Amino acid sequence: MDPKRARESPESAVLSRPSAFPDEVLERILSLLDTHKDRSSASLVSKAWYHAERWSRARVFIGNCYSVSAEILVRRFPNIRSVTLKGKPRFSDFNLVPQNWGADIHSWLLVFAEHYPSLEELRLKRMTVTDQSLEFLALKFPNFKSLSLLSCDGFSTDGLSAIATHCRNLTELDIQENGIDDISGNWLNCFPDNFTSLEVLNFASLNSEVNFDSLERLVTRCNLLRILKVNKTITLDQLQRLLVRAPWLTELGTGSFIQELTPRQYADLETSFKGCRNLQTLSGLSEATALYLPALYPACANLTFLNLSYAALQSEELARLLAYCAHLRRLWVLDTVEDKGLEAVGQNCPLLEELRVFPSDPFDEEIVHGVTELGFLAVSYGCRKLRYVLYFCRQMTNAAVATIVRNCPDFTHFRLCIMNPGQPDYLTREPMDEAFGAVVKNCPKLQRLAVSGLLTDLTFEYIGTFAKNLETLSVAFAGSSDLGMQCVLEGCPKLRKLEIRDCPFGNKALLSGLEKYESMRSLWMSACKITMNGCRLLARKMPRLNVEVMKDEESNDGQSYKVYVYRSVAGPRRDAPPFVLTL
Amino acid sequence: MQSDSGSGSASTVSREDNLALSSEDSSSTPDDCGLGLSLGLFLGIGNGATMQRPGPKILTAYDLPGALCSSSASSTLSRVNGIAGSKRTADSVSPSNASSQVVGWPPIRAYRMNSLANPGKSPSNKESNSTVGKDNTKSIAQQMKNCGNGRDSNPKQGLLSKSSYVKVNMDGVPIGRKVDLSVHDCYEKLAHTLDKMFDASIATANSTQCPSLLGAPRSSKLLDGSSGYVLTYEDKEGDWMLVGDVPWGMFLTSVRRLRIMRTAEAKGIST
Repeated sequence: MDPKRARESPESAVLSRPSAFPDEVLERILSLLDTHKDRSSASLVSKAWYHAERWSRARVFIGNCYSVSAEILVRRFPNIRSVTLKGKPRFSDFNLVPQNWGADIHSWLLVFAEHYPSLEELRLKRMTVTDQSLEFLALKFPNFKSLSLLSCDGFSTDGLSAIATHCRNLTELDIQENGIDDISGNWLNCFPDNFTSLEVLNFASLNSEVNFDSLERLVTRCNLLRILKVNKTITLDQLQRLLVRAPWLTELGTGSFIQELTPRQYADLETSFKGCRNLQTLSGLSEATALYLPALYPACANLTFLNLSYAALQSEELARLLAYCAHLRRLWVLDTVEDKGLEAVGQNCPLLEELRVFPSDPFDEEIVHGVTELGFLAVSYGCRKLRYVLYFCRQMTNAAVATIVRNCPDFTHFRLCIMNPGQPDYLTREPMDEAFGAVVKNCPKLQRLAVSGLLTDLTFEYIGTFAKNLETLSVAFAGSSDLGMQCVLEGCPKLRKLEIRDCPFGNKALLSGLEKYESMRSLWMSACKITMNGCRLLARKMPRLNVEVMKDEESNDGQSYKVYVYRSVAGPRRDAPPFVLTL
Repeated sequence: MQSDSGSGSASTVSREDNLALSSEDSSSTPDDCGLGLSLGLFLGIGNGATMQRPGPKILTAYDLPGALCSSSASSTLSRVNGIAGSKRTADSVSPSNASSQVVGWPPIRAYRMNSLANPGKSPSNKESNSTVGKDNTKSIAQQMKNCGNGRDSNPKQGLLSKSSYVKVNMDGVPIGRKVDLSVHDCYEKLAHTLDKMFDASIATANSTQCPSLLGAPRSSKLLDGSSGYVLTYEDKEGDWMLVGDVPWGMFLTSVRRLRIMRTAEAKGIST
């Protein structure tokens, strides 16, 4: 008898009477469901649907690796081919989480080797991955196709060698912004000569030089290659040779964009770019100068995503480039382009949906450089479809933000970072409360918000009152009292992730969210006014939450803690290091 | 509730706290900083450590009239420590302004921080002064004069073709160190690095017990000139020169190794 049927109890027989559809048909239908949300909803309909969904699910996304265990995962989903895991709290990207905190992939791999031998895809974010794990992955999973490591740590280029050597069916190797031990570029030579399946190769964030001949041969024989992002050691003339081999790329990350080229070489480069008719995404361009950017122009016609965040362009250079990028939807730049460059964005990119402006010199004391509220305003006038913004600046006004969100009411992600902590409106010297009040009032679709500047509890009252679709909130150096945090916890029904640092929120605020935390993925609080007693109380009252405490070694008074609270069906961590106290 | 006054649990808390503290100390050895040194010569670097000890300074050309590098003390330990792309080291910051006094702020991933600070891996430029077009020559010259101003046009042109470690020896210290010059873009930052490297040695050599303070002086010890030491370098021709006279870029191309010399011995160099 079908083992799934054996599980059903008499009462559920009423709910899940033998349906007109055989299980196989139900599974087939449910297998067409794509998103995790849809699948989760489907699994709640009835026992039959629950089982059909779990048997048909091939891809699983786990937003917090400690919310569930590998054993529970394999028990529920027997046929997984693709796993996405996120590990450490997001503030670990900014060094607020000590080393050896956890989120090690290895224990998962051991379970996967036994239960998912046909595993094809692994996408990890903020996990610890060792070379041994990478080798284990390469050796134990013969069907393994796709590896993506973003903001991970613990491995070296030796681990990549293992992947290149053993994964015969590899289609994707995507290594981004990891804390990697970059020993050498030899890993690239490890792809066997008869290896041709690669479709995605991204090693832009590795620093060591790779053997260009190996790369060229690899690109030549992998004719399915559609995404290629090389690192800074690849020169312009080398890039040109690669482009000739792979003109059908849809995403390109260039190497270093500075080199002395002969006129002939430049002409060749231009021709190669002209041949790239399918380019949708362009990135890299480190050290790009006005001299060679024009070679790119012919390739920009279909660009939807331009990532200039590692290219210190000036405003005129950007303006000239953007004239060719009318279809741009996503743009990442450095603040070297200044307000004038952003004016050009507003003038040239009416379809723009996402803008990220990164600081080129985050610790610069002088305010005269970078972007200001004027640049943001200029973009908002020209790009009415803006929905995602990440903006690092040194000055902002309430009035500007109010105008911006009036121009662009479709914001789903609004992340504003005024770099000097606790800085007020520079014109009125008032807190920035009204700015974020305007954001939440005018943007009903807001899902993610990051606040900065001088903020009182009023900001959080606004958020709690108006931000009804808010899922992620990041707060730093803000608020006046516990009331602020309480407003958010009580007012935002869809809140999933709350991360707070250096705010005057204490135990009262922490404990006001008792019922809330089980409906959230996680809460992070550091350098606030939480005490150990508050954390203990929380842990005692909510046994199904994991309440983890670390001593805050950066604090001056020795009283401050870092608290990480998250729901879990796996119980307390078994791999917590000594400095993590699970209450 | 500000104070944690649970008396019954006080001892448990403090024991656990001590456990947490001690195991954390033991897990953050200097090796973690990617400098590959386990001699424990410096005490200030570690996870999130923001300590800098005040104390005797190393003299350089800064202390003499006509110092070239006039940028404000906006150097950051995060950049200095951004060596070898190690993610861990990017959090130590120098307290020169409110933004940089805080660990992990502004919220930028360590990889991005390191790549802002460490531009010099482009392969081709040995004579990079003549490499670029006309509109850039001015900016290179400017960069040489205004080191520390990362905002100049094309500030990221690596003048070195690869990272370059040079030896640093200090008089009276038997074991030398190595410093990667390519992760610094001006004398001030180099001075900061050397301050930290030889901090303990300077303190011992001068028999001054400097209490460690959280919150450090704004400027590098190099700018204060009270240490009794001078920073010198050996150039391509084998001569020992005072650090700081020439533009940073020029210095990079001629330096062979560094020596922190006692002022008494350096008398012949300084004016």
